[in-house]
Amino acid sequence: MAQLLAVEIIYRGVFQKTLAKNITRGIVLAAHNEGKLGISFGRYGDAPERNGIPGKSFAIVASDEQTLEAGMAQYEPKQVDVTVVLDDTLCKGTESWAWYGLRPVNSALKPGRTLIVISLQDAPTLLKNIHRREQPYKLGIVKGIASFSGMWVFKDDHTDVRVLGTIAKALPELFGLASVEKFINEKLKSSLKVTSARTAFERFSAVDVKPGQGNPEELFKFDLPGWGAMRSGVSIKGQPQGGPYADPVTKELGGFRPARNELFKKYSTRIMRPVVNFATCTKCTLCWLNCPDASFDVTPDGTYDANLEACCGCGICEAVCPVKDCIRMVNESEFHDNNSQWVEFKKDKGAYLKSLEATIQKAEPIEKRTHGFRYRGQYQEQVPAALEIANKG
Amino acid sequence: MATLTQSVDEKKKIYEQEALITGAEAIAIACKLANVDVVTAYPIRPYDTVMQYISQLVADGEMDCEFIVAEGEHSQFEIVKHASACGARVFCGSSGVGWMYAMEALTVSPALRIPMVCMVGNRALDDPGAFGVEHNDALAVRDLGWLLTWVDSAQEALDTALIAYRVAEDRRILVPLAISCDGAFLTHSQALVKIPAAEQVKKFLPRYDRGDLLLHPDNVISVAPQANEDWVMEVRRQNYAVTEITCDVIREVYADFERTFGRKYGNPFFEEYMTEDAEVVLLGMGTLSTPVKVAIRKLREEGKKVGFVRLRWFRPFAGPELAKCLERFKAVGVIDRDFSFGSPNLSGVVATEVRSAMYTGSSTRPPVLCFIGGLGGREVTVPDVEKMTDIVFQAAQGKAQPLTQWIGLRG
Repeated sequence: MAQLLAVEIIYRGVFQKTLAKNITRGIVLAAHNEGKLGISFGRYGDAPERNGIPGKSFAIVASDEQTLEAGMAQYEPKQVDVTVVLDDTLCKGTESWAWYGLRPVNSALKPGRTLIVISLQDAPTLLKNIHRREQPYKLGIVKGIASFSGMWVFKDDHTDVRVLGTIAKALPELFGLASVEKFINEKLKSSLKVTSARTAFERFSAVDVKPGQGNPEELFKFDLPGWGAMRSGVSIKGQPQGGPYADPVTKELGGFRPARNELFKKYSTRIMRPVVNFATCTKCTLCWLNCPDASFDVTPDGTYDANLEACCGCGICEAVCPVKDCIRMVNESEFHDNNSQWVEFKKDKGAYLKSLEATIQKAEPIEKRTHGFRYRGQYQEQVPAALEIANKG
Repeated sequence: MATLTQSVDEKKKIYEQEALITGAEAIAIACKLANVDVVTAYPIRPYDTVMQYISQLVADGEMDCEFIVAEGEHSQFEIVKHASACGARVFCGSSGVGWMYAMEALTVSPALRIPMVCMVGNRALDDPGAFGVEHNDALAVRDLGWLLTWVDSAQEALDTALIAYRVAEDRRILVPLAISCDGAFLTHSQALVKIPAAEQVKKFLPRYDRGDLLLHPDNVISVAPQANEDWVMEVRRQNYAVTEITCDVIREVYADFERTFGRKYGNPFFEEYMTEDAEVVLLGMGTLSTPVKVAIRKLREEGKKVGFVRLRWFRPFAGPELAKCLERFKAVGVIDRDFSFGSPNLSGVVATEVRSAMYTGSSTRPPVLCFIGGLGGREVTVPDVEKMTDIVFQAAQGKAQPLTQWIGLRG
């Protein structure tokens, strides 16, 4: 009987593009060990070569050539049997660089199929971010630190083989563990990786997610206009300038908030976000001046509030801020909304500063980091934690 | 620029001067009359004569414009592109490989709706480095949304330049336009040209208005963003919509030109010469019209009923209209001053297009032969034309002829 199976890998541009490709290649080659045919490809419209932008890679596997061709006759699979999310901050949804609006990470998953997330968090925490949907599905977590590397390098931390071992458990009709092991032995030539894949296979389990369970957020979306409705001359109307806005407590107008594009939000591009201590801010303007995306609102107090519609999480503000711990970049998975930090601060300063203190404990060391991304030597620092995960699960 | 005579037709209120000028000079004068705001230049023969004349007009205080000598053709066309986006009426041009060096700027301009008017002094593409005329330079942009016209006299060059601004800057059109002038034969030879009065030109040519496409601090827009497959097809469809109406706009503008200046061009898209009773016709673009017309008059004396169709507008290509014209004849001989290597029947560009137009637009489908000749500036001689006519007559009589033949080639 003809069989067509598809796997979708959601990853962070640049940092995980090689990892995603290696996984989809591994899927096709492991399935080929069982006589199946397949292709592995990346979504072209996304930006595998833009820092942190959500991207997708796919593997399609079929029992025979004609079934494979039927699967290839569309640009990319609209329905998949497994979705793998390689960085848990992506659970908030994805937007390609061309901005279709926000897409939940589980949107392509067939009913009852499995969403696999690499994370140190548990399922209830992840489901605060993963959007609810009408059909049930399974959620499985591969415990691990998101594997990030650079444009030209691949961090060989076994994430690829662990995911392959996990898929063998989650979707046995795609391939069995033996085929994954054969692929690793023949192509990757590493018995240690075979152990990693096997351990991941043995440890993996998934929970059922019921219809309606998950993040209730209304999705940001818009309709693409027809050619007659579009402006001519490949031109886009500029944004109005913006202006002062109200203090949430006194209701007095002040400060300056630039008007921002209604169709262009950066919610899903961030791996980290800046958290601001408005009590220690000296109003030096450096974050506001240096932000490449003009994402800082000037508050009526004269402090600077990173507007999370516009912030892409680059971390330049943290790098230029001269006050200790006034702006810190914290992993996006710690947050479940995009509310204004300044408004929270104004409503209850004590509570805000207390929670800030706890939040910045989770910030990564700033000294060696450039522009919010990973830094040289970080992998070595992660090895003890990674070993613990490997040993204990 | 010696002014010879001044003629005034009080009844028609037409005032004009007459001067002995080259085709390039005629276009320079048209730029002055059109009150062009920004001119960019970079020397390459034979286009460079036009920049020479414009710079002289500026130096003499006759013309007020920004005259920018760029560091290369790419910048030359980029500068006018941006100036045009900001609302300036612009002029530039090039020749041969200079035009090709500007190619990236040429490709982006139609989608951005930039009505730049250019002169292409047609020149053979390198290699070998040669100065003479060949039409492959201008034809390289034929599929990209440019409007392309070929003229065959200095008078037509001047008139067409004025018409070009009206057509290109029309709010319904707004795409770039190139006027092709055969190198040497037109760019460098002087003829008597009637120059209309500035007031008359002002009446004919309204102010350039980009409307809400104007790049200006008071109209904040962002132009030329990166887009993915969700947007590109719609952008292309917008340019296609321009091509659907361009022929109508060109007809309107020629009618208005005749009303304003009293000079009549008839069908804007192609000129017919002695076709009324013709059995066969030759067809071509540019200055080869001169030897062809002379040869036709000679052949007519010998009783051979041959006519000539000179294509003025290559883009838009008036396909249905041309097919209706050509289906009256028993055979058609297209003289291509270009080549299209590897094309169907290994013909030239024009013959291939004519055949395509005939396939859908004519009921009779007479044989369409292609003659490749006059390349690199080689003369198309009267005996050449006689020889081509003879071959076309043979085809008309049902004697099979090769679909493509090289004329004036050493064997």
